[in-house]
Amino acid sequence: MSARVPLPRWVDIALLPLLNVVLAFLIGGIVVVMVGQNPLEAVGIMLYGAFGYGSGFGYTLYYTTDFIFAGLAVSLAYHAGLFNIGPEGQAYVAGLGVILVALGLNGQPWLITVPAMIVAGALFGAGWAFIPGYLQAKRGSHIVITTILFNFIAVSMMGYIISKILKPANVGSDESAPIDAVSRVPQLRLFWDLFKNSPVNISFFLALIALVAVYWLIWHSKFGFAMRALGHNPTAARYAGISNAKVIMITMALAGALAGMVAVNNVGGVQGRLILNFVSGAGFVGVAVAFMGKGHPIGVALSALLFGALYQGGQELAFSMPGITREMIVTIQALVILFTGAMGDMLRPPLERIFGPRAQARAGDV
Amino acid sequence: MGYYTDLILILDSTVRLAIPLILACLAGLYSERAGIVDIGLEGKLLGSAFGAAATAAVTGSAWMGLFAGVGVALGMSAIHGIASINLKGNQTISGVALNFLAAGLTTFLGQSWFHRGGFTPQLSGDQRFGPITLPFAPELANVPVIGGLYSELISGHNILAYVAFIAVPVTAWVLFSTRFGLRLRAVGENPKALDTAGISVTLLRYQALIITAVLVGIGGTYLSIAQSAGFNNNMSAGRGYIALAALIFAKWKPWPALATCLLFGFLDALQFRLQGVQFPYIGEVPVQAIQVLPYLLTIILLAGFIGRAVAPKASGIPYTKER
Repeated sequence: MSARVPLPRWVDIALLPLLNVVLAFLIGGIVVVMVGQNPLEAVGIMLYGAFGYGSGFGYTLYYTTDFIFAGLAVSLAYHAGLFNIGPEGQAYVAGLGVILVALGLNGQPWLITVPAMIVAGALFGAGWAFIPGYLQAKRGSHIVITTILFNFIAVSMMGYIISKILKPANVGSDESAPIDAVSRVPQLRLFWDLFKNSPVNISFFLALIALVAVYWLIWHSKFGFAMRALGHNPTAARYAGISNAKVIMITMALAGALAGMVAVNNVGGVQGRLILNFVSGAGFVGVAVAFMGKGHPIGVALSALLFGALYQGGQELAFSMPGITREMIVTIQALVILFTGAMGDMLRPPLERIFGPRAQARAGDV
Repeated sequence: MGYYTDLILILDSTVRLAIPLILACLAGLYSERAGIVDIGLEGKLLGSAFGAAATAAVTGSAWMGLFAGVGVALGMSAIHGIASINLKGNQTISGVALNFLAAGLTTFLGQSWFHRGGFTPQLSGDQRFGPITLPFAPELANVPVIGGLYSELISGHNILAYVAFIAVPVTAWVLFSTRFGLRLRAVGENPKALDTAGISVTLLRYQALIITAVLVGIGGTYLSIAQSAGFNNNMSAGRGYIALAALIFAKWKPWPALATCLLFGFLDALQFRLQGVQFPYIGEVPVQAIQVLPYLLTIILLAGFIGRAVAPKASGIPYTKER
């Protein structure tokens, strides 16, 4: 393989990822055609479902909130060279922290409970992610495998805690006692009529703050420098006096704390109680969001919005076109991960031929 | 006698539950020994289970189902190969993508084709692999001790189950006693040495991926048309990941892989068996406590508290020829 030809910056950070996403959607479209449905009609319905009316848009923003947190949890760790596939479990365990604090302070106004829920969710999520971080840093276990295994352990552990410990005697289904309405994370429809019936809540603003904070952390803080140094070259980082073990453990804990905010959004703001498997895949969407967004907060925000629209639009689609189920969205998610993550450089050679220095030199000759 | 019958029954379901694990675990062994990490085992199991059930339902033949199951796994391996061998992409990401792809496509296509909420039609007769009764099994059934062992535990499985058990010694032989096996192990440890010796790293890795696909394809087929009578949503239910855990637990060796898969299968069988059973002093053991054991054991091993699991050295690293 020849050395990488440098491409103009806009091609590298905008055109190439965009083409990869387009490719993923094209193949998704072909699958839809194969089962005899019209993909353009599907896209139209999805766009209307996601942005066409107030409560649809509210749902889109609600999903986006989840995906921003999960996407940041994957991105942050990836900058330190750690592939965190665990946001699903980290968010699930964070739900325990959120519900414990919320039930403990039940009845207090939200100005008191919400900050407490955020702190508790962050701590529990961070704790659950810290263990794989510790195992990687001190014992050399591979982070990918341990975070996957920790997702499964979270499912079993939380299943036991919810159904055997938190479930009140008078409740039929496996869920905790409810949080009082005044103590929940306030939903935006209380302030804007536009979002009627939709669950988007002030966690959305928390997600926007997290985007800025992660940007600052990665590119403008000393710790972020250590993280990126570790991600690029662990040996060099060590010789520069950085304690790699410490950076790995702190990074994983921070990633877990970010994933934990998914629980604030869902447990505190939407369901108002802890239910079985409430994360329902949002953590895994974070993997797709992170790769599509190339680990940059702006990219994460845009791809989280895209996936939020896909999830909400997909619901709409399931009503309007019974031939297309919600699982088509999971397929698109897979194709996005494949083309922007694993096959991200497939289109690089043709682009190098068009935009590379040699092409530019030729243009200069003429 | 009651306890003995009980034991035989638990061991019998242990074997049944371990078979897809054994096949997936050996599948992973070939690709990881060749230096390719295969997180996508879960997706391949699921995809081939769907392919086998859908094909068996349409054609009415279990063998066509098997072909389709292996075919799906081969297709997914091809994607994995292009991404991780040719394009030198990240193997973990490619595997994760394959898992989502299988989860999404199987349900989506199942719903579009069969309109049963993601399930394939119920299969029966020739559409499934039925149990094979080994010679003398009925005659020996009433002989004490040996009878139960032979006619319940050893006889009465389907052909794919026997394939799984035969695959273990075959893998051990291929890996440690053939030239191909030596090269396979070498390409996972030091691909450059092989390249220097004039052997194609790419070709060897693709060969490993093909063997992986065949084995995991049989495993998926077993799930949907031998163990069950049709495909249902997400029926692999994490078995691919358990197989991966078993592979690590077995330190990438075939015989320990068999033992680990049987152990994990035993835990799975026990979990059904212990539901509602009261123990003295402990009370009822929660199902979740047993469910979590394979994962916990693997993590403890990975952390180096009981022995050390060291992966093949070049595992997960794309090979780039120098120019």
